[in-house]
Amino acid sequence: MAAVLESLLREEVSVAAVVRWIARSTRGSEDNPGEAAALSSLRPLRKEFVPFLLNFLREQSSRVLPQGPPTPAKAPGASAALPGRPGGPSRGSRGARSQLFPPTEAASTAAEAPLARRGGRRRGPGPARERGGRGLEEGVSGENLPGAGGRRLRGSGSPSRPSLTLSDPPNLSNLEEFPPVGSVPPGPAGTKPSRRINPTPVSEERSLSKPKTCFTSPPISCVPSSQPSALDTSPWGLGLPPGCRSLQEEREMLRKERSKQLQQSPTPTCPTPELGSPLPSRAGSLTDEPADPARVSSRQRLELVALVYSSCIAENLVPNLFLELFFVFQLLTARRMVTAKDSDPELSPGVLDSLESPLFQSIHDCVFFAVQVLECHFQVLSNLDKGTLKLLAENERLLCFSPALQGRLRAAYEGSVAKVSLAMPPSAQAVSFQPETDNRANFSSDRAFHTFKKQRDVFYEVLREWEDHHEEPGWDFEKGLGSRIRAMMGQLSAACSHSHFVRLFQKQLLQMCQSPGGAGGTVLGEAPDVLSMLGADKLGRLWRLQERLMAPQSSGGPCPPPTFPGCQGFFRDFILSASSFQFNQHLMDSLSLKIRELNGLALPQHEPSDEDGESDVDWQGERRQFAVVLLSLRLLAKFLGFVAFLPYRGPEPPPTGELQDSILALRSQVPPVLDVRTLLQRGLQARRAVLTVPWLVEFLSFADHVVPLLDYYRDIFILLLRLHRSLVLSQESEGKMCFLNKLLLLAVLGWLFQIPTVPEDLFFLEEGPSDAFEVDTVAPEHGLDAAPVVDQQLLYTCCPYIGELRKLLALWVSGSSGRSGGFMRKITPTTTTGLGAQPSQTSQGLQARLAQAFFHNQPPSLRRTVEFVAERIGSNCVKHIKATLVADLVRQAESLLQEQLVTQGEEGGDPAQLLEILCSQLCPHGAQALALGREFCQRKSPGAVRALLPEETPAAVLSSAENIAVGLATEKACAWLSANITALIRREVKAAVSRTLRAQGPEPAARGERRGCSRACEHHAPLPSHLISEIKDVLSLAVGPRDPDEGVSPEHLEQLLGQLGQTLRCRQFLCPPAEQHLAKCSVELASLLVADQIPILGPPAQYRLERGQARRLLHMLLSLWKEDFQGPVPLQLLLSPRNVGLLADTRPREWDLLLFLLRELVEKGLMGRMEIEACLGSLHQAQWPGDFAEELATLSNLFLAEPPLPEPQLRACELVQPNRGTVLAQS
Amino acid sequence: MILTKAQYEEIAQCLVSVPPTRQSLRKLKQRFPSQSQATLLSIFSQEYQKHIKRTHAKHHTSEAIESYYQRYLNGVVKNGAAPVLLDLANEVDYAPSLMARLILERFLQEHEETAPSKSVINSMLRDPSQIPDGVLANQVYQCIVNDCCYGPLVDCIKHAIGHEHEVLLRDLLLEKNLSFLDEDQLRAKGYDKTPDFILQVPVAVEGHIIHWIESKASFGDECSHHAYLHDQFWSYWNRFGPGLVIYWYGFIQELDCNRERGILLKACFPTNIVTLCHSLA
Repeated sequence: MAAVLESLLREEVSVAAVVRWIARSTRGSEDNPGEAAALSSLRPLRKEFVPFLLNFLREQSSRVLPQGPPTPAKAPGASAALPGRPGGPSRGSRGARSQLFPPTEAASTAAEAPLARRGGRRRGPGPARERGGRGLEEGVSGENLPGAGGRRLRGSGSPSRPSLTLSDPPNLSNLEEFPPVGSVPPGPAGTKPSRRINPTPVSEERSLSKPKTCFTSPPISCVPSSQPSALDTSPWGLGLPPGCRSLQEEREMLRKERSKQLQQSPTPTCPTPELGSPLPSRAGSLTDEPADPARVSSRQRLELVALVYSSCIAENLVPNLFLELFFVFQLLTARRMVTAKDSDPELSPGVLDSLESPLFQSIHDCVFFAVQVLECHFQVLSNLDKGTLKLLAENERLLCFSPALQGRLRAAYEGSVAKVSLAMPPSAQAVSFQPETDNRANFSSDRAFHTFKKQRDVFYEVLREWEDHHEEPGWDFEKGLGSRIRAMMGQLSAACSHSHFVRLFQKQLLQMCQSPGGAGGTVLGEAPDVLSMLGADKLGRLWRLQERLMAPQSSGGPCPPPTFPGCQGFFRDFILSASSFQFNQHLMDSLSLKIRELNGLALPQHEPSDEDGESDVDWQGERRQFAVVLLSLRLLAKFLGFVAFLPYRGPEPPPTGELQDSILALRSQVPPVLDVRTLLQRGLQARRAVLTVPWLVEFLSFADHVVPLLDYYRDIFILLLRLHRSLVLSQESEGKMCFLNKLLLLAVLGWLFQIPTVPEDLFFLEEGPSDAFEVDTVAPEHGLDAAPVVDQQLLYTCCPYIGELRKLLALWVSGSSGRSGGFMRKITPTTTTGLGAQPSQTSQGLQARLAQAFFHNQPPSLRRTVEFVAERIGSNCVKHIKATLVADLVRQAESLLQEQLVTQGEEGGDPAQLLEILCSQLCPHGAQALALGREFCQRKSPGAVRALLPEETPAAVLSSAENIAVGLATEKACAWLSANITALIRREVKAAVSRTLRAQGPEPAARGERRGCSRACEHHAPLPSHLISEIKDVLSLAVGPRDPDEGVSPEHLEQLLGQLGQTLRCRQFLCPPAEQHLAKCSVELASLLVADQIPILGPPAQYRLERGQARRLLHMLLSLWKEDFQGPVPLQLLLSPRNVGLLADTRPREWDLLLFLLRELVEKGLMGRMEIEACLGSLHQAQWPGDFAEELATLSNLFLAEPPLPEPQLRACELVQPNRGTVLAQS
Repeated sequence: MILTKAQYEEIAQCLVSVPPTRQSLRKLKQRFPSQSQATLLSIFSQEYQKHIKRTHAKHHTSEAIESYYQRYLNGVVKNGAAPVLLDLANEVDYAPSLMARLILERFLQEHEETAPSKSVINSMLRDPSQIPDGVLANQVYQCIVNDCCYGPLVDCIKHAIGHEHEVLLRDLLLEKNLSFLDEDQLRAKGYDKTPDFILQVPVAVEGHIIHWIESKASFGDECSHHAYLHDQFWSYWNRFGPGLVIYWYGFIQELDCNRERGILLKACFPTNIVTLCHSLA
């Protein structure tokens, strides 16, 4: 590989030829023969070139970037090919190069270990090697030709290479030799698996990628040391793998060591052998080294390499565009050059071979190189967010090295509108209850309905608790909520309940987590609209302020592993804690369905004919809608991937050998949870990659190690690789993909290629796509890909790691690399709206085609409006029919039922039979629904269309739009009505029948017409509760026990009865149970009056009520019973043994009040004579004292025999004495 | 009447082991003349219920029941007109109505072949005339009318108070021109949880969005509020978003801590309601 680079540097071949050579499998015709010859002999190494180049650059830069964030790279062992080919033209120089750019880590330890290897590097061959080191050693051993076969040998140890050991073994115990940051301390670390780039600290969010250390580590300085506290939240409940734990310890040790060094040696501790340029030690002065264009050491060489490198980037030959930009930014902002202390003895200053002196000999070189590369990628830079542009444009090094570029950036900054901002703060909104989907009719049984009711509440309870506690140190999801969640899941017995719960779960997920920080605005909810209407401006300001104050932590480097930030963590942990097979299955079903639905959503397409102003306004809406759909899809796909691959992921290392084969054989049988391959193919064909690929990437990012090896998914990866290569940013043409769309795809694909489970060699080994990655274009001319649907806001929302670029620049400005985090802002969409309604399906007819044609030349908003109106009016039409026609039919059913009940008597027959009779009578009326529906749509649609379209819409267009809206609405409504009206009527009638039959039952008092209070009533009557309470007090006084001074006054009693009358006449506050109790209490009161049991309070202490007063009170009661009570009054209680028995206690007994009362009851028609007779008859059966029974018998005889007396004055003595004759005579 | 926790505890302190009679209530009113009677009664009732819940089990052991029943029998044999049952209840610190139920159950067990059903017992308690034994009927009736915390009459009063305040709230909403769906309408639509009122257009009270209003004609103490939160208020929030609870008889100030979360407490109908203005620019 180095040979190629060398030829290039010697100007034997041109940059263009090299790039062509790399990019294509076949020789380009334009190559000149000399170049071709030089390169063709290297053909088998072609694939190795880019990884080699990338690793070469990383190695070369290692002296400048030891302190700053490391540059992650994921190039498989690039130097693998170095000495590998016997007879190769570069053989002669092999030895020297292999020393300079040593193919193995082991060899390099001697040469540049302290400097070149940032991060946990291998100190020697060991069995547990990581992928990063694999290729290197294979190459060095000379046993394997580079190629897939060799690379696939995972973990194959290679023999040590004594022949290549160049000098004394490094003094591993000398800490000073090893840069503290990211370095590995001696000793136990020797066996630790490591990569050539930095080891990745494990954070909670990376639990899924645990088996391997992730390549793409975040800057070390960004990893808070407190991180490990959260480690145990991993789904498997395991802590750190031992290797990672020791990493933390190492860092701690190194930190101490560094501070020691700082104290001990404030001056450069290393000699500076090269170039004599004053390179301050890393540990020395804290000032940054100035960069000077005049002091660049070998311009030409740097220019050439920069050009090759840029071309590789431009041709998408590198896996991750933004990772390379990040690296370049690092070079741009490098602070100091670290000198090689323990320099390779063979690296003598005298060697001038083009590759044998370091590429970057000073900060000046680095900056020069970076600026060279950036110049080639101005277009990408100019599409970054405004904040990054500003920092770039203000970068003094950039100004110094390339005023032209700086000028262009400044102009780009000034013209940029790409402000990326934080979304509104989250406030968990619940999914609202919707009767259409959530009421009893949607459940199989009452039990299922009520179980789900409880589950909903438990779910939110758990969610609230999580909100309260998840940030507390030491709080653990599983410990805090696990058992409750499982108990709740355990109650979900019915399958239909599972689907209800999953729907709730999914809706809540979408509502809370659409943005990466989980702080998404409510997308499908409604409440925030109100909020913003109430004070949009103030809220906006508040949020902006909050944005500044929050300054969340970095998202974890330019290539963070897949994570569940913010609220997403709740949903992930919920799934893990629930560990319910049924739930997962239903969830996957539901997620798949929703993904299909959203992925297939007919998003409006760009129409170039739009005038600027209008299309601008419209495009904001389009973009917003696209963003909502895309973000929803990504979220759903992420969770689908998480759940679908969950059973296959574990902490153990990926299988190898036979085990792997058998697993592959097994797994290839399993159908994919969602046919993503077909969806991808269709998406590419329909030119909707910009929608499909970003969510597919989310889905795949959770794949386990085996997945990429399966044929099905391998096809997908190949498609994605081809797509990636085809997205050349510089090629822009009409009808092709928009720049930002491409940028988004490059960013997400690049990120995917860095995921640990995606084999790192996949990218480089896959045979390059043919130049013509042209999907078969049966697609419409303008697919979604060609529409400007992506803006910076969406780009940064989907790929928050792009913001790392800005952070690097900001760190530079802040002048302190120690300050980490802080600058990255979470980027979330500020505007989110509900999903547009699904466009209705139109029929095939000519009319439909005409309508389509009509829309074709109109602005897309017109079509959206019409479809929207049609959808709403159609839906309203159905509701209207329900409320009018169906409601009428239900009323008819009720009256028919009443008749039925009257004719058939109380029982009314079998309810099912009744229902059948009613339905057969009523359902035919349903036919009217269609006519009514048509009429409704006709009446309502035009007005709505008119209101929503611009005033200036031409009359003809307007009327066509109206007609189409009417047609679509009618079609929708009638389709629904004709299919469902009978069932609807049946259902409603059934409900009405059961309602009526229930009402028929136990509470006759509740039925019947009730008189309200008069119009003039001001509802000032005493409250029923107050009266019951008052009467209860009187009753309790009468029944006793009571204090001697307790009693009531006759006036109070009269007043009470007066108030009772008022309350009964004003029915505002009266409810049936209260009236029933009042009635009962009034009867009890009457009984006490009759028995003269009420203790009267008066001037001479307690005395008995005067007869006249008692009668007056009884009269009042009779009148209340007669006139004012609307419910039944239990008057028969007056003759219950208990109440009549009250008389037994009084001496002398006085019966006249009772007789009076009975006569009045008959007189007023409150009770029938027969009824009273029956009551009196049953009284005789009770046990009474002898004399009392006798008196009672006399009373009843008297009552039965006599018509009422005007003024009966009966005493007990009279009753028993035989002077009945007189009484009788009087009657 | 919003009380601080300290004020509330001072009142609650006075209520330890006080029998639920009208005499106790009178004394309480004299002790705290500045508090409204309804608030005091509500607190009294709630405190007493808490006390009963704590001690309920010990009155329901078979030994306890047997001993109460024997004492009752002995008592009425001596004097059937004396308040035997009521005195017994007060003596053992149990609610008279509940004591009546206990003895009635025991009595029916002895006199009927089958164990009495709950509905039969309830029906007899509502109308003691149905009790086959005249003396017991009087004793039971006496217990019921003298109990101001338990029993069918008290239940009815509580229900009536609740209903009256709902009506009051409805009138206030109508007066303010706020359109709403009431419980019955919600039930008819098949809602599984129904606050008293759901506003069709949300309003803001003291800067908080209100989607629903629940009327509580009681004092909001810790115990009842937490139960309501769990069974009702959070459930409403889970379905309809933030809302307002009106504790007409006041509440403990410290409980109004979920405002930000979406549950606002008031002791009366709010005066400054902000409605959505359609003409807002």
